[in-house]
Amino acid sequence: MTLIAKIRKEYRTANSSPFLLDVDLQFARGFTILFGPSGSGKSTLLDCIAGLATPDEGRISLGDDVLFDSGAKRISLPPQNRRVAYVFQSLALFPHLSIEKNIAYGLANIPADDRRARIEQILSAFHIEPLRQRKPAQLSGGEQQRVALARSLVTQPRLLLLDEPLTGLDAGLRRKTLVDLRDWNGANNIPILYVTHNRDEVDAIGERVVTLAQGRVQDSGRPGAVLDTPRSVALAQAAGFENLLHGIVLEHRPSDGVMRVAFSLSNRELEIPLGPAPKGTSVQIAVRAGDILLATEPPKSISARNILPGTILSLELRGTLFTVQVDAGLVFTVHVTPGAVRSLHLAAGQQVWLVLKTHSCRLVA
Amino acid sequence: MNWQALVLSLRLAATVSLVLLLIALPLAYWLAYTRWRWKFLLESIVALPLVLPPTVLGFYALIALGPRGFLGQVSQKLFGHSLAFTFTGLVVASLLYSLPFAVQPLIASFESLDRRLLDAAAVLGANRTRTFFTVIVPLSLPGLLTAVVLSFAHTLGEFGVVLMVGGNLPGVTRTVSIDIYDRVQALDYASAHQMALLLLLISFVVLSIVYGVNRRVWSPWPAR
Repeated sequence: MTLIAKIRKEYRTANSSPFLLDVDLQFARGFTILFGPSGSGKSTLLDCIAGLATPDEGRISLGDDVLFDSGAKRISLPPQNRRVAYVFQSLALFPHLSIEKNIAYGLANIPADDRRARIEQILSAFHIEPLRQRKPAQLSGGEQQRVALARSLVTQPRLLLLDEPLTGLDAGLRRKTLVDLRDWNGANNIPILYVTHNRDEVDAIGERVVTLAQGRVQDSGRPGAVLDTPRSVALAQAAGFENLLHGIVLEHRPSDGVMRVAFSLSNRELEIPLGPAPKGTSVQIAVRAGDILLATEPPKSISARNILPGTILSLELRGTLFTVQVDAGLVFTVHVTPGAVRSLHLAAGQQVWLVLKTHSCRLVA
Repeated sequence: MNWQALVLSLRLAATVSLVLLLIALPLAYWLAYTRWRWKFLLESIVALPLVLPPTVLGFYALIALGPRGFLGQVSQKLFGHSLAFTFTGLVVASLLYSLPFAVQPLIASFESLDRRLLDAAAVLGANRTRTFFTVIVPLSLPGLLTAVVLSFAHTLGEFGVVLMVGGNLPGVTRTVSIDIYDRVQALDYASAHQMALLLLLISFVVLSIVYGVNRRVWSPWPAR
């Protein structure tokens, strides 16, 4: 069962001019991650597939079944008849119904015995049996997310749409829920479209990624390959590249596989992997804050090719990491652990050296 | 104390608020969710009784319900008499008069529902009717109560429409407010005071129920 979605639709985000969503995608069985910054059209795409929004033009099919066709013989199945499951970002659990009744909601048309058996099965698959009599408001965020997944999957859908369903979970809980979801899909084997703008979630799922920006597909492939070479600035920001630097290509060194980039506002230079930008053109370089090393003495005998002296502007604890701003001619954002801050006695005003591997610096097309 | 008038008023208010709920539920649902571009015209019609003098509404109701009016003639054919100066006529006119008090709280509560709950019901296979009765109505119970109670209280206190359509027939159309007016005309202030105070207390209790249940203050057409 493969989903083929060819969709054109004008859509609006909260405070911008209309965009055109224009995609032609195929989703095979198993996970596909749809990755893109907010406002890139991800949710509109899912709404069109589920039948909650109508494309201006296009065709959506699931296996041999046509869900939507704007052609001469117009087809548009209502959401009730698509057998597509959809877990919203807000989860949309019915607040007035118990967990068990929430899960039974999609099973109105099957015999009572069968219904009971399916509910028991899904409650145990997602480890939520003890919650059955409770109301959604009495559950933790992680429990609510499991219930929303269970409510969707108990209907035995042909396709699962997930709109950031695990956002806000800590890494451990997210992993557990993903394991349950993978186990479920091991037996059912349907296409699962997983929308997120969180790089950590992409890395946690680690399967095929399609990147979307401004309504268009940018790239697709393995997460490492796609997200580490972002095709646009918006995607680079969303993919967790905290540092975006504007520079000019100084020279190419094809024998070393590198090129040098100069930064206009300072006399700093960086060595980066050889890319398609000709000499003299202006380029953007993306560097993840976690890929930069901090040293309190000038590093010697080190393989990294970019070493920049600078001064710490500020330190701020965010979650489990310190975010350090360093002025090295350009201002860099660097992530370090609290342990490193303690043992190096890092403080504002201190002289430090930034260490950047050549391949930590990515050219943004 | 004129118990006959009080019982008549309560009977009228109860009948009107219940019948009105049946009319207002589908109407409010449609107004809350339609994307029809002229819906504001219908919204204005529903809101008209808020601004029209009851005598204007009562006047047109009298014409429609009387022997020459459309509804009057239908009734004449079916029951052998027109609806003017009857209890049924009062009910019909009061339905119009109290319509916004039932429709507007319902629209406000339907519009405040999370749309994704309705989407979730649709994706889970529920048609509109099922979604309405299993999701929309249970989550709008405070709005439903407000609608019933406000239309009850509003009908209980109406005067102009009753006077125009119903006249002043004891046990048939002489409601509490008409009775009070009569007593004042007859300079019987003591018994007018009794009835007036009773009506005041009933209205206060009823409104306390609404505001106690619904923290949000009721207002004309909801902000959107």
